[in-house]
Amino acid sequence: MAILQKGISVLSDSPHIEEPVVAPQINIVKNGEVLCPKDRMLHIEDVIKEYPTSEGSKIVLDNVDLRVAAGEFVALVGPSGCGKSTLLRLILGQEEATSGNIYLDGERIGHPDERRGIVYQKYTLFPNLSVLDNILLGYRWGLSFTEWRRQKQDIRARAIDYLKIANLEEHKDKYPHQLSGGQQQRAAVLQALIKDPKILMMDEPFGALDPGSRERMQVFLLEQWERTGKTIFFVTHDLEEAVFLATRVIVLSQHYTDGRDVPLRGARVVCDITTGKRGVAASTKSKLDPKFAQTIEHIRDRGFQPSHLYHVTQFDLSHPDSFHTVSPEELEGTK
Amino acid sequence: MEKPYLFGIHAEPPEALVWVYRALPFVIVLMAYSMLSMTYLAENPGGKLFPSFTMMGMRLWDLAFSFDARTQTYLLWADTYTSLFRFGMGLALGAALGLLIGVNMALFPGMRYMLLPFVTAVSNIPTLALLPLILLAVGIGDMAKVTLIFLGVVFYIARDMYTSVSELPEELLVKARTLGASQLGLVYRVVLPMVMPRLFEAVRLSLGIAWWSLIASEGIAATEGLGYRIFLMRRYLDMAGIIPYVVWITLLAFTINYALVYAQRYLYPWKQE
Repeated sequence: MAILQKGISVLSDSPHIEEPVVAPQINIVKNGEVLCPKDRMLHIEDVIKEYPTSEGSKIVLDNVDLRVAAGEFVALVGPSGCGKSTLLRLILGQEEATSGNIYLDGERIGHPDERRGIVYQKYTLFPNLSVLDNILLGYRWGLSFTEWRRQKQDIRARAIDYLKIANLEEHKDKYPHQLSGGQQQRAAVLQALIKDPKILMMDEPFGALDPGSRERMQVFLLEQWERTGKTIFFVTHDLEEAVFLATRVIVLSQHYTDGRDVPLRGARVVCDITTGKRGVAASTKSKLDPKFAQTIEHIRDRGFQPSHLYHVTQFDLSHPDSFHTVSPEELEGTK
Repeated sequence: MEKPYLFGIHAEPPEALVWVYRALPFVIVLMAYSMLSMTYLAENPGGKLFPSFTMMGMRLWDLAFSFDARTQTYLLWADTYTSLFRFGMGLALGAALGLLIGVNMALFPGMRYMLLPFVTAVSNIPTLALLPLILLAVGIGDMAKVTLIFLGVVFYIARDMYTSVSELPEELLVKARTLGASQLGLVYRVVLPMVMPRLFEAVRLSLGIAWWSLIASEGIAATEGLGYRIFLMRRYLDMAGIIPYVVWITLLAFTINYALVYAQRYLYPWKQE
């Protein structure tokens, strides 16, 4: 494949050296261009996540590098247990990376805040609030009590309009448990979008839905994406869903080799490709294209085959925003 | 399929029989007492130990509807009012403070480090043993009873609320932060409304200890109240008065328990199962 090694160009220090508290001087160069955290909406470099275990610690994410441009629909896939949701929680600020840096719009990310929206698979809405009140939260918490009282009627009307988008208007006074799974997820997507986050994170949001409502949700999500132009970071284990929805598919996997002599590797980005389409119409059409199945096959080959490993220098990082840093010891033994 | 009326795991009695089963233990106890009382009274005419139902009824009528010249009240109602006031005060204060302590301990690590070991330790004190101290500290008025009830329930409720807040899914808290909730907003606008139904449950489960504390403290030092009356009547071996009082207290406890159940269902319709 011609794209091999396209993304590799730099050697950073060994990833195991502790990062200073201040953002370090970034001098990652890709094809002669200096990469800066401000270049893209989301910039992740050298991220390592270890969890303590009874026998020491287990590395889940091993030197993850990633850049995501604004407006992109990114799907993150990978074998089960590879750390997809861990990476999502790191970006969200729900957990902290052991080392490495994550920037959102050039700023270091911190605890969860309004810059990032989230839709989970479970616990999508607050059970004690009606659908309308759930939708209103984003407005309500942003306003002081007096301001809220003054604008309440206006905002309510706007929220009800909003619910029409998701055909939830007639259900506005119901509690979440009275809605179907698909309706709950639609409300959750709206709830998150109302806050106008820089990036919308989604953690297997449609994983618990039946195939029919799942497909409807996918189309709904694409419509919302087209309407708002949001950057979406979508974690799923379903390759078909990923290729159907996303403009860019990132494969996180522990199935690869490098020069290090370790029995278990933490996952890193082994494949990062563009699907070459945007929008609902294009997505619907793409399903019929033979390339659709080929892309899925390619992804499966790249990250899901423990028997067929790619070396760290052979990853398919063909997406233009893709980059990765490789330490000397990872390269050892490279031909 | 064979469905026996009473025995075995497949038992399925007809509806009418179900009510008979439910009433049976009550009937047996009442009949046993009745026989005991009749035998006793036959051997000891005028005895006070096992009064007949008629005697109890007459005595109850007396307590409830004849004006007591010494205290200038109708005893049963005055006692009930006083006791319920103390009971309600102690329980309400305990619930309010227990809720605050529990929720804050669960959400703020700083609070947790400082308070959890202390709360866990003192919740093991049998509070009745503190009564002498309480009497010295706040006197023998209403405050002593309120304090004892308060101490009896507050730590239990705090620990219960701590557990239920800790069990809230972290996802909801993270989500609230992404929707713009401040740290305090998280406590009072997100978490508190979600655990309120559980507070009702916690209060309900601590009703037993609250009644215990009330009756005990009234029996030891008081001038009125249900517990005081029972201990006073004991001095005169007035079983015909004591037994109706005990039944009356049981009835009150039962009513309060179910009032809480229905209040919870009415106030928090979103709380299913």
